[in-house]
Amino acid sequence: MDPNHLRNQILSIAGTVVLLALLYVANTQGSDYTIRILNNIAIFIILAVSYNLINGVTGQFSLAPNAFVAIGSYTSALLTLTPMEKEISFIIEPCIWPLSVITLPFIVSLVAAGVVAALLALLMGFPVFRTRGDYLAIVTLGFGEVVRVIANNTQSITNGPLGLKGIADFTNIWWAWGFAIITVFLIGRMIRSSYGMAMKAVKFDQAAAEAVGINTYWHKMLAFTTSAFFQGVGGGLLAHLITTISPVLFTFFLTFNLLIIIVAGGLGSTTGAIIAAILFTWGGEALRFVEEPMDLGFIDIPGIPGMRMVIFSVILVLIMIFARQGLMGTREFNWNWVCRKLGIGGRS
Amino acid sequence: MALLTVEHLTMKFGGLVAVNDFDLALEKNEIVGLIGPNGAGKTTVFNMIAGYYTPTEGAIRFQGSSIAGQKANRITKAGIARTFQNIRLFSELSVIENVMIGYHCRIRSTFLGATLRFPLYRREEKMMVEGAMNLLREVGLEDVAREMSTSLPYGKQRRLEIARALATGPQLLLLDEPAAGMNANETQDLLQLILKLRKDYNLTVFLIEHDMKFVMEICERLKVLDYGTTIAEGTPHEIQNNPRVIEAYLGEVQRA
Repeated sequence: MDPNHLRNQILSIAGTVVLLALLYVANTQGSDYTIRILNNIAIFIILAVSYNLINGVTGQFSLAPNAFVAIGSYTSALLTLTPMEKEISFIIEPCIWPLSVITLPFIVSLVAAGVVAALLALLMGFPVFRTRGDYLAIVTLGFGEVVRVIANNTQSITNGPLGLKGIADFTNIWWAWGFAIITVFLIGRMIRSSYGMAMKAVKFDQAAAEAVGINTYWHKMLAFTTSAFFQGVGGGLLAHLITTISPVLFTFFLTFNLLIIIVAGGLGSTTGAIIAAILFTWGGEALRFVEEPMDLGFIDIPGIPGMRMVIFSVILVLIMIFARQGLMGTREFNWNWVCRKLGIGGRS
Repeated sequence: MALLTVEHLTMKFGGLVAVNDFDLALEKNEIVGLIGPNGAGKTTVFNMIAGYYTPTEGAIRFQGSSIAGQKANRITKAGIARTFQNIRLFSELSVIENVMIGYHCRIRSTFLGATLRFPLYRREEKMMVEGAMNLLREVGLEDVAREMSTSLPYGKQRRLEIARALATGPQLLLLDEPAAGMNANETQDLLQLILKLRKDYNLTVFLIEHDMKFVMEICERLKVLDYGTTIAEGTPHEIQNNPRVIEAYLGEVQRA
């Protein structure tokens, strides 16, 4: 279709190699702090890009990603924890069999995290996609809360509010960025395929989509389940990065952060989601100083925890007023554009 | 055997009877028109045939099998495609993508095959692009294939919607006011286009239209609805001289 297809593919591969090289340098030269931020960025890219698939591309305003991240985190953590650690952690009620005796490799636990999250999405999808618009948002918001409440109360599986501790810190820069690259690649491919086109059709005009033979229900399910799969994997990576998880990590707050990212990036743009995920994660660290006590010479400001969220919220409000399209709108990064800008003529 | 048979079709919205006891039999390759004053229930008939409403009563049979109450996407797949009264294109997709999407319901690749671009999907994608390009050529839009669908002028958007409907591979095409908002020249072009498409794609056409000159010229048979009830049917010539039709359109003739 595109005469520059081969060139673009080579550029993409080269870009990935350069990214991996930069990560290698950061991993060997950078401080623990830098590496930690890079890992966070990768996980947020996974979460944002997959969230964008259902909210931005398919136009279904789901507010449940926290549920899938939670399911993914718990699933993979429970699968990698050794029986001994589980015995130490579960002090109120012992962990149920067979979870109490299982220990699986990290990669298997990540895939399982994705699969379990996807299965949950499939179950949720049946009632959820009988609704549209605002109603869908409320129903998914409800499900997100339900999952958190269940995590809080199933003492013998999730250890309740105590959470899980001592999770091995398996997540390193290669796992995190490896999965980020895979996620972007696969979801990007899906969006560009005719299935992605059908998802966009569902977003623009559901009645017209049905008129061209698209099963709208099924395509919403596909987007929702795929998105949940990657959110589950992201959750698994997150659990093995922070090594301690508890239900409070997965409140609506997490969904809200992801929502800021995809709206700021431009609903429907994978590129936008990636850029915004980077800015958000990095900005969150750079803005840490606003929560510290400040001495401006003439006035002493005490530290205000949560001040960063105020700033992010203000940014979101400003985006909604002045730039509703976000950073990218629905546009995507593409090599043809880059080459034109750089004055390297391709065949057109 | 008729391609489409509709018997005793009735649609009630609460106490309002939008369509009452509507009958229709479409033979292969016919062009049949449905006319009537505003609010007569014409679009409701379309919506029932195309699967957007489940009829309160009555039967719809397409190629011998019952389709009443089936979902719209299933009916499209079965071979009935429609256009809308108010054009409904996919606004942020390009012209060619709007047509390609019509082929999506017919591809055999799964989402995994499409995502991973297996050979089957590559072949099917090629088929989609070529098929869409052919259809655009057919309706005279090949030179704007890469443009955004909403940037097209009105008449071309109508043609694009027809091309999109054709991409689903229909046997029966339902056109809801295809000539609305067109000037005399555009209407004449549209008329020629519909006749050509019928021949090339072996189509049966059922259309709603208010432009009487267009309707009388293109349709072989007409049905007239008023307040949900069929008040007349026949050839355009018969309809033009039917006193009940004249009454429905112009009001009762006052006798001195």
